[in-house]
Amino acid sequence: MLSIKDLHASINGKEILKGFGLEVKPGEVHAIMGPNGTGKSTLANILAGKQDYDVTEGTVTFQGKDLLDMAPEERAREGVFLAFQYPVEIPGVSIANFMKASLNEVRKHRDLQPLDAVEFLKVMKEKMRFVEIDEKLMRRAVNEGFSGGEKKRNEIFQMAMLEPTLSILDETDSGLDIDALRIVANGVNKLKNENNAFIVITHYQRLLDYIVPDFVHVMYNGRIVKSGGKELALELEAKGYDWIKQEVDATV
Amino acid sequence: MAEEIDIIDQVTQSDYKYGFVTNVESDNAKVGLSEDTVRFISAKKNEPEWMLEWRLKAYKAWLQMTEPTWPNVHYPKIDYQKIIYYAAPKPKKVLNSLDEVDPEILETFKKLGIPMEEQKILAGVAVDVVMDSVSVKTTYKEKLKELGIIFCSMSDAIKDYPELVQKYIGSVVPVRDNYFAALNSAVFSDGSFCYIPKGTRCPMELSTYFRINEANTGQFERTLLIADEGSYVSYLEGCTAPMRDENQLHAAVVELVAMDNAEIKYSTVQNWYPGNKEGKGGIYNFVTKRGICQGINSKISWTQVETGSAITWKYPSVVLKGENSIGEFYSVAVTNNYQQADTGTKMIHIGKNTRSRIVSKGISAGKSQNSYRGLVKVNPNAENAYNFSQCDSLLIGDRCGAHTFPYLEVSNKSAKVEHEATTSKIGEDILFYCNQRGLSTETAVQLIINGYCKEVFQHLPMEFAAEAQKLLAVSLEGSVG
Ligand SMILES: Nc1ncnc2c1ncn2[C@@H]1O[C@H](COP(=O)(O)OP(=O)(O)O)[C@@H](O)[C@H]1O
Ligand SMILES: [Mg+2]
Repeated sequence: MLSIKDLHASINGKEILKGFGLEVKPGEVHAIMGPNGTGKSTLANILAGKQDYDVTEGTVTFQGKDLLDMAPEERAREGVFLAFQYPVEIPGVSIANFMKASLNEVRKHRDLQPLDAVEFLKVMKEKMRFVEIDEKLMRRAVNEGFSGGEKKRNEIFQMAMLEPTLSILDETDSGLDIDALRIVANGVNKLKNENNAFIVITHYQRLLDYIVPDFVHVMYNGRIVKSGGKELALELEAKGYDWIKQEVDATV
Repeated sequence: MAEEIDIIDQVTQSDYKYGFVTNVESDNAKVGLSEDTVRFISAKKNEPEWMLEWRLKAYKAWLQMTEPTWPNVHYPKIDYQKIIYYAAPKPKKVLNSLDEVDPEILETFKKLGIPMEEQKILAGVAVDVVMDSVSVKTTYKEKLKELGIIFCSMSDAIKDYPELVQKYIGSVVPVRDNYFAALNSAVFSDGSFCYIPKGTRCPMELSTYFRINEANTGQFERTLLIADEGSYVSYLEGCTAPMRDENQLHAAVVELVAMDNAEIKYSTVQNWYPGNKEGKGGIYNFVTKRGICQGINSKISWTQVETGSAITWKYPSVVLKGENSIGEFYSVAVTNNYQQADTGTKMIHIGKNTRSRIVSKGISAGKSQNSYRGLVKVNPNAENAYNFSQCDSLLIGDRCGAHTFPYLEVSNKSAKVEHEATTSKIGEDILFYCNQRGLSTETAVQLIINGYCKEVFQHLPMEFAAEAQKLLAVSLEGSVG
């Protein structure tokens, strides 16, 4: 589904991704862990199509198409979803209006009729229950005055609405209490099926108690330095990142 | 058309009854402004003596005034002696099909979703539809006549309803009110006149749109609208179609009078040519709009959507004289590229229990500058006056500017004045977030703008609101990304 090969990218002349590679197949959950500043958000942003970066080398293929060649909105319509690490506020636009525009844009791309207001509200209410989000939030402007936890839940709610093929969760767990964490994880688990895939970027192992990954990758200094099964996450939790850093730095 | 030629004939054949020596045969006034110019205009329009006297008085006042420099706009000094103050209405060039119309204009029509038939009318294409519009206009006029409503050009009103015009012209915006008002009073070309009789509810939106194919009203438009006791009228000015004009300076005056229990809703969509992307060639729009709530329980609401002009200087105001009267101002002002707008309102509370509400939404994009300037004044006798002001600014990108200048003069202790202001910005982060949800940048901007302007749009008549939404999208096209 997603094939990233030897990706190099820089921002303001500084190279952040240094030969990143990853293969994701339908039905898989990949966890990417790694110390701060290692390039995890950069990877997520580049996959979603943020313009600030220069991709100097490498390829990204998504369902047979050159992902890097598409505008960010096309990628979204093709089924790439990014749950942002820091969701922004959108002044004056209610979540309901925002999601209606968004969902209908995605449906149009899939040759589906737009939902009318009644149908939309029905779907929306269902998905809101799914992430246990307060209905009152729906009339508020997107993320305006939301708590950190509400913002993250709103991301998962949007993911549930759009039913993406590939979801990238960028530290959706940071700043969540255990209840919110469980809600977010449940959301992912319920959406998961054999046709879609998830890349879960996280700093801590605890999210992986709830979302069980098929693969765990350790990212350091712009690329994956170690991959394994879910046990790798536990090992990292116990030993920290230093031993990996030392291992990598020794081989350079 | 026949009507137009008729007017020109009448004018050119009239004798020089004011002892006036300029050559009346020529269609245009000589360049520049002098007493002769004023006489020339008045003679051309075949005006009665009192009107000429009024104009001359205004001209003399203007000579003693200076152009205001306080607005937050910058433009090269206007040479008032280089302007032609009167050009005879030229018959519009008749085109045979839409193929002959400037493709850029057609493109805009399409974007605005103006139906094909209307496009033809607006572009001046000679087809049956024009005939239709004439017949629509005729039925419309008949209906108004039945109700005793007067709706005609200012020139006609001066001839046909001199008592009304004489009584009210300059009563709300005095000749000496400001530099541009004085200029307009001296040289006004034409405009609309409207009188709603006692107890009459005007059953349709009165719209200048219906007069669009009549003679060009020129650069110094003058409008006077009187709502007599217990009457109601909703008046629409302008049109979302782009308006081009070779005259760069526009200085209009609009006066509204609401008597006891009368209500006037005045809606404007202004889309004058803003100049090109470098800011060249746009129109300077210096407008004085004011209404007076003369009677008890009367109400005047201004609703405006301003997207055009290179420079806008405009403060639709309400003088709240009658007890319990209400003044409202709902405004969306958009500036893009190099446009500059200094706009806002004045609410002057004179009577007891008068209330006013100001909702101003400024949107700046490109390298434009958008200023809100508002005055709330409560006179000593205005017991329990109440004002609520909401002034919001939205910035698109980071090369534009938004400024707010609220002025408060409260001389009555029982008055209550509330002011709220916000500034938000549509930055790249927000747009990327929207893109990531499948929305194109244009759609995202539109969504945000529509949410932002909702409170103003809901005061526009329905069809107008839909058009205004599209107009905003077109005006802001290319402002991001
Ligand atoms: N605009 C920028 N200019 C220069 N460096 C940047 C910019 N944005 C991010 N970086 C740097 O890129 C590196 C990777 O950041 P990021 O992808 O956010 O890491 P992570 O998500 O793994 O914590 C960091 O060293 C950060 O300082
Ligand atoms: Mg990060």
